[in-house]
Amino acid sequence: MIELLITLALIALHSVAILVVLLVLIAYLIYADRKIWAAVQIRRGPNVVGAFGLLQSFADMLKFVTKEVIIPDGSNKVIFLMAPLVSSILALSTWAVIPVSAGWAVANLNVGILFVFAISSLEVFGVILGGWASNSKYPFLGALRSAAQMVSYEVSIGFVIITVLLCAGSLNLTEIVMSQATGLGTNMGMPQSFLDWYWLPLFPMFIIFFISALAETNRPPFDLPEAESELVAGFMVEYSSTPYLLFMLGEYVAITLMCAMTTILFLGGWLPPIDIAPFNWIPGVIWFLIKFCAVFFMFAMVKAFVPRYRYDQLMRLGWKVFLPISLFWVVVTAGALLYFGWAP
Amino acid sequence: MTFAAMFFYLFATLAIGSAIMVIFARNPVHSVLFLILTFVNASGLFVLLGAEFLAMILLVVYVGAVAVLFLFVVMMLDIDVAKMREGFLNYMPIGMAVGALLLAEMVLVYGSWTIAPEAMKLIVSPIPTGDVTNTEALGLLIYTKYIYFFQAAGMVLLVAMIGAIVLTLRHKPNVKRQNIADQVARNPKTAIEIKDVKPGQGL
Repeated sequence: MIELLITLALIALHSVAILVVLLVLIAYLIYADRKIWAAVQIRRGPNVVGAFGLLQSFADMLKFVTKEVIIPDGSNKVIFLMAPLVSSILALSTWAVIPVSAGWAVANLNVGILFVFAISSLEVFGVILGGWASNSKYPFLGALRSAAQMVSYEVSIGFVIITVLLCAGSLNLTEIVMSQATGLGTNMGMPQSFLDWYWLPLFPMFIIFFISALAETNRPPFDLPEAESELVAGFMVEYSSTPYLLFMLGEYVAITLMCAMTTILFLGGWLPPIDIAPFNWIPGVIWFLIKFCAVFFMFAMVKAFVPRYRYDQLMRLGWKVFLPISLFWVVVTAGALLYFGWAP
Repeated sequence: MTFAAMFFYLFATLAIGSAIMVIFARNPVHSVLFLILTFVNASGLFVLLGAEFLAMILLVVYVGAVAVLFLFVVMMLDIDVAKMREGFLNYMPIGMAVGALLLAEMVLVYGSWTIAPEAMKLIVSPIPTGDVTNTEALGLLIYTKYIYFFQAAGMVLLVAMIGAIVLTLRHKPNVKRQNIADQVARNPKTAIEIKDVKPGQGL
C-alpha cells in the first residue's frame, strides 16, 4: 500500500513539474509569437509590461481571470463551460507521454504515439461543443468548419506517422528517437549526426507533417474556424474571461505538442546534431528545447508570412494533395524497407 | 481490492451508466456525448485487459472520427422533442408488442446458450508473452492467418464508400468551379494587358 502511494505521489509530482514548466514555457512562446509577428510587420510588439514586455503574458492572464464570465442566455450552460475544459485538459494530458530526454517522460507508454494521436483527435470536440453550445450563428459555422478541417488533416498526419513507425519499428516515442541515432549518415561512415534523423530520408513527409500540423492546430494560414473577417472569432465568439483563456491555452498547448512531435519524429528528439565533443556534453533536454523552439519559430513565421487559405483550397490540399502523396509514400517506404531488408 | 479492479469497476460503471443515458437523455446531442463517454470507458477497459492497441484505435476511429460525424449530423438536424412525443400514447401498444417480442426472442436464444468447450482454450492461447507487444501480435495474426478476411472487409468498406459517393454525387450545371491548375498557370502576360492611354482621350 505504501509503495502504491509513493508511486502515485511520484506520478503527481512529475505531472505537476511538467505542467509548471509547460505553462511558463507557453507564456513565453506566446510572447515570442507576438514579437516575431511584430518584427515581420516592422512593429514593436508587446513592450510595456516588464522589461521588453517580458511579463505581458502574465498580465494578460491576470486580466482574463479577473474579468466577468459571460454565459449567453440561450446557451447550453453545462456544455458551454465544459468545452474549454475539454479543449485544455485533453491538450495538456498528451504531454504525459512526450519524452524530452532519455527516460524523461511521466509515462513511457509502449503505444505512446498512438496515445498522442488519439488524444489529439479528440481535441476537435472542444471546438464543436463550444460552437454548438453557444447557440449562435457564427460560432456554429466556425465549429463546423473546424470539425471538417481537423478530421481531414488527421488522415494525412496518420499516414505520416505510419511511415515513421515503419522506419522505427516501434510505437514507443523513446524508441522512435533512439532509432534515429543511426541512419543514412552512419551508413556512409560518418559519426552520428543530424543526417541520421528521419527528416532527410522522409523529407516529403516532414513537409506534409509540418503543414498538416498547422492545419490541425488551427494556426494561420489555416485559421478558418476563427477567421475574424468572416466569423468574428469563430467558435470563440461568445466566450469571455477564463473560459476564453482555457481555449487559448488549449490551442497553444496543442501547438507545443505538434512542435514536440515534429522534433521527436523527424529531428531526432534529444540527440545532439553531431555526436562529438563539445556537442554531446550538452544535456539532451537542452537540444530538445533548441529544436522545439526552432520548429516553433517556423510556426510563428508562417503565421506572419502566409495569407489565409480559402476553405475550398484547404479541403483540396488535404484530400487531393496530401492524402494521395502520403498514402503513396507509405507504400514506397514499406516496399523499400522490405526490398533492401532495412525493416527493423 | 487491487488497483486494477478499482479502475475496472469505475470504467464498467461509467460505461453502463452512460450507455443508459444515451437512451434516456432528452437532447439528442447529449445522447451522442454520452455515447462518446461510453466509447472512452470501453477503451479504458481495453487498456485494463492489456489490449492497449485496440484501446487507442477505438479512440481514434470511433471517438475521433465516427462520433464527430454523428455529432455533425445530429447538430444539423432540427429535432423537436415535444413534437416527437405527440403520438406517444397511440404508438405505445405497438412499441410494447415489438419490445416484448424481442425480449422473448432473446430469452429463447440465451436460454439454450452453451459455451463451446474449445472457447476456454482460446482464452488461454492468444495472449502474447515475452518480447511481442500486442500490436505486433495483432499485426502478425491479421496479415498472415486472416489476410483474406481482412482484405475482404476492406473491400466491403470500399464498396460501401463508392456507393455512398455515387448516390450523393450530383453535377450541377450552373456551378462555378475553381480549376487550380489554370489559376497556377496564370502569369502577368495572360492576366494583364497594358494599354497606352493618350492624355485627354481615354479608352
